[in-house]
Amino acid sequence: MGGSILGNRVLRKEDPKFLTTGGVYVDDLLDEPLLHNAVHVTYARSSVAHGHILSIDTSEAAAMPGVIAVFTGADLGLQPVPSAFNPAATRTLLATDKVRYVGEPLAIIVSETREQGEDASEAIIVDYDVLEALVDVEKAMASSLHLYEACGSNVVFDTTALGIPENSGEAFFAGCEVVVTGRYINQRVAPCPLEVRGAAAAWGPDGRLTQWLSTQHAQGAPAPIAAANGVDVSQVRVKTPDVGGGFGAKIGTYPEDLLLGVVAKRVGRPVRWRETRSESMVGLGHGRAQLQFITIGGSRNGKVSHYQMHAIQDSGAWVDMGTILAPFMTRPMSSGVYAIPNIECRTTSVVTNTTPTVAYRGAGRPEATAAIERAMDMFAAEIGMDAAEVRRVNLIPKFMEPHTTAIGGTYDVGDYEESLNRTLEASDYAGWRKKQAERRANNDPKQLGIGVSVYVEITGGVGTGESAKVEVLDDGSARIYTGTSPHGQGHDTSWSMLASEQTGIPMDKIELVWGDTDLVPVGTGTMGSRSLQQGGNAVYSVAGTLAEKAKSVAARLLEANEADIVLDKDKGIFHVAGTPAVSKTWADLALAEKSTGGLVHSDIIGVVGPTFPFGAHVGIVEVDTETGKVTHIAHYACDDAGTVLNPMLLEGQIHGGVAQGAAQALLEEVRYDDDGNPITSNLADYAFISAAEMPSVNVIHMETPTPNNLIGAKGIGESGTIGSTPALQSAVIDAVSHLGVRHIDMPTTAERVWSAIQQAR
Amino acid sequence: MKVTITVNGTKHESEIEPRTLLVQYVRDTLGLTGTNIGCDTSSCGACSLHVDGESVKSCTMLAAQADGCDVTTIEGLAKNGVMHPMQTAFMENHGLQCGFCTPGMVMASISLLQENPNPTEEEVRIGLEGNLCRCTGYHNIVKSVLAAAQAK
Repeated sequence: MGGSILGNRVLRKEDPKFLTTGGVYVDDLLDEPLLHNAVHVTYARSSVAHGHILSIDTSEAAAMPGVIAVFTGADLGLQPVPSAFNPAATRTLLATDKVRYVGEPLAIIVSETREQGEDASEAIIVDYDVLEALVDVEKAMASSLHLYEACGSNVVFDTTALGIPENSGEAFFAGCEVVVTGRYINQRVAPCPLEVRGAAAAWGPDGRLTQWLSTQHAQGAPAPIAAANGVDVSQVRVKTPDVGGGFGAKIGTYPEDLLLGVVAKRVGRPVRWRETRSESMVGLGHGRAQLQFITIGGSRNGKVSHYQMHAIQDSGAWVDMGTILAPFMTRPMSSGVYAIPNIECRTTSVVTNTTPTVAYRGAGRPEATAAIERAMDMFAAEIGMDAAEVRRVNLIPKFMEPHTTAIGGTYDVGDYEESLNRTLEASDYAGWRKKQAERRANNDPKQLGIGVSVYVEITGGVGTGESAKVEVLDDGSARIYTGTSPHGQGHDTSWSMLASEQTGIPMDKIELVWGDTDLVPVGTGTMGSRSLQQGGNAVYSVAGTLAEKAKSVAARLLEANEADIVLDKDKGIFHVAGTPAVSKTWADLALAEKSTGGLVHSDIIGVVGPTFPFGAHVGIVEVDTETGKVTHIAHYACDDAGTVLNPMLLEGQIHGGVAQGAAQALLEEVRYDDDGNPITSNLADYAFISAAEMPSVNVIHMETPTPNNLIGAKGIGESGTIGSTPALQSAVIDAVSHLGVRHIDMPTTAERVWSAIQQAR
Repeated sequence: MKVTITVNGTKHESEIEPRTLLVQYVRDTLGLTGTNIGCDTSSCGACSLHVDGESVKSCTMLAAQADGCDVTTIEGLAKNGVMHPMQTAFMENHGLQCGFCTPGMVMASISLLQENPNPTEEEVRIGLEGNLCRCTGYHNIVKSVLAAAQAK
């Protein structure tokens, strides 16, 4: 018997295709018969942030070469649709009366080529009665001008509406020896998957609509698509081609996706749509965008006893998913890894004249972690304690049974101090502190900064399980159907490993099907780091049950007792224990079952609950105190995701996560001018992190399995981002703390660092 | 207008609009969709391919400018079903995740090693600054390129 394949560095099955012919993304569906003779859709967008639409003149555009049709919301008879998170907020899928952000779609051009559509979109003339742009959340909260009049306020969600009392203010900290306050900006960033949004739609001869979509969750799309097209959901099939990254921003459907079927029906031809990057920077949802007011209190010996946060979430111009991340993801994680007996956390979500915010890698947990970690550092600075030490004295002690914090977050298992210890040791924290002291003593213009973070997060918070189906084909190969939706995570490889482990069918004879709602009607997709712990877990369970089922078939064919049948997983054959010479292959069994529905098993496998990965990061930066320039010179990441299925894939997720976290801490920010014009609306202006701005990442392994699923796995997709951002922000501030600097908001650009140094002097 | 461009060893004579970009030509005219479009400011490098053996962002060049040139795209890299050493290095070092930046990244990396066969890690990082990836954090891309340099 060979060893288990699980836990090994198995190379990806997906890669040869991506490396030789490239993936087949939605814009690459050239040979799809249903899309033959397709026309191109281009969206004309608002050029002002806030205003009433007085008129939309499409006549010039309609007369341009190659233009087949131009539609406004009025032409299509669009009706207002309420937000799922605040039904008082309603909008039409194309703006008709009012625009609320630059980039909001307001007309559709249908043309023979994409370039003709882009040309014609420039010729659409919109007359606006321009209103004051509310770009800043605090201004929007105070303004009597409301984006959605029916809401009666620009506040569209507040935890007080959930019955959670308002924070009690300063009185909460009576009796604390040390109280420190902070105002932190967890800035707005752009998810920037390399593949922008795109979709295609075709009505088939059977009257059904097929829509190809670059998405993280095909099964979530038919309902809104059906609603927009006025058909029953059974009449919609969504297919997911290869997807070039999502990072949370491709979970939901956008107006541009939903209207394609409507347009295809109007013009009687299939349609394709792919936005440009400049459109994507204002059309694809943004992430983070939280303003945080924190107060932390405790004793001079370093014990934190009180923590209070009010998070103001910028929803952008629509009440989208970003609205609910603060109350339901940030708030329950506000205690972080610390045993803080008294916590208050209020969140308030506010609409502004900016691109709507959605989930972005971490989705509410990076904001919680950044706040508490920054607060810990400021508390430590106030009492003159080391950043690692203040954390150590406040950590929740190791627990292997669920632990509930004062704010009500219940974590599965945790050993935070061990992750901190491993990271401090692997990074030679003491050594870096020594080097830092030397540079400070020498008054070196280039100072070292050392940042420490310890974090815990929620993964698998979306969904309570996942569907899986495994079938064995006539040739003995297998096909897995999963409700998850890979877009870089390597599910083809991982799910094949899990099924191969259970069945003995070689990985290269296992195929994966996903993202097609006719073939996989039930699925929660890939988001919130849920895939392995729910989707992989389901594949593992279902493949195991299928192997048991197969034993009964083998028993029948071998005329033996089922209890005597063994599956030789090395060879992928079934035989009676002790007589391997007479055996049946998977192909034999599949053929035998063909007339009775085939050798297949399908189920929805639940999990106990979400899991709470944790870890510690140490980030090292060099700061040029004369220019403010920050260089990220080393990074150490310990991310405990429970049992590891494939360390190579795990490390890949950590590396990518760290880069996105570093990008937020050091470089990236979506910015608007006072009139709500985006000034970072392409990749030349937005500071997308590059290879030259990253060091290699030192990954420190640690595995504390969760009891919440069969595999013992937690999520790893977002941990790197959550741990790295506060470590790096802290590192930059640490580098100049001896000059009197206590806080610098992210991104810690040269300008901000330089200004902070000047102000402290 | 008419152009004659050799792509992956095959000569193509095509009638194109003068404003056609090289990336539009390989994707839309020839149907070679391995080369991707990731931006509109020549920032991301997803469309990198080789023109007369050198890496070019094919959104920065008109197809007309490639008239008479020899173009290699990702589809033309493997020979007789055997991957180019750079492709193998990316596979063995997990240098790709979603795959969208990958064709451009591989083409740019080959060019990088042609110019500098034994780069340091820092030289690889600076050399690939114009090719963006959102998935890998660049760690395994850099590792792949260094491994390919070693393998030669």
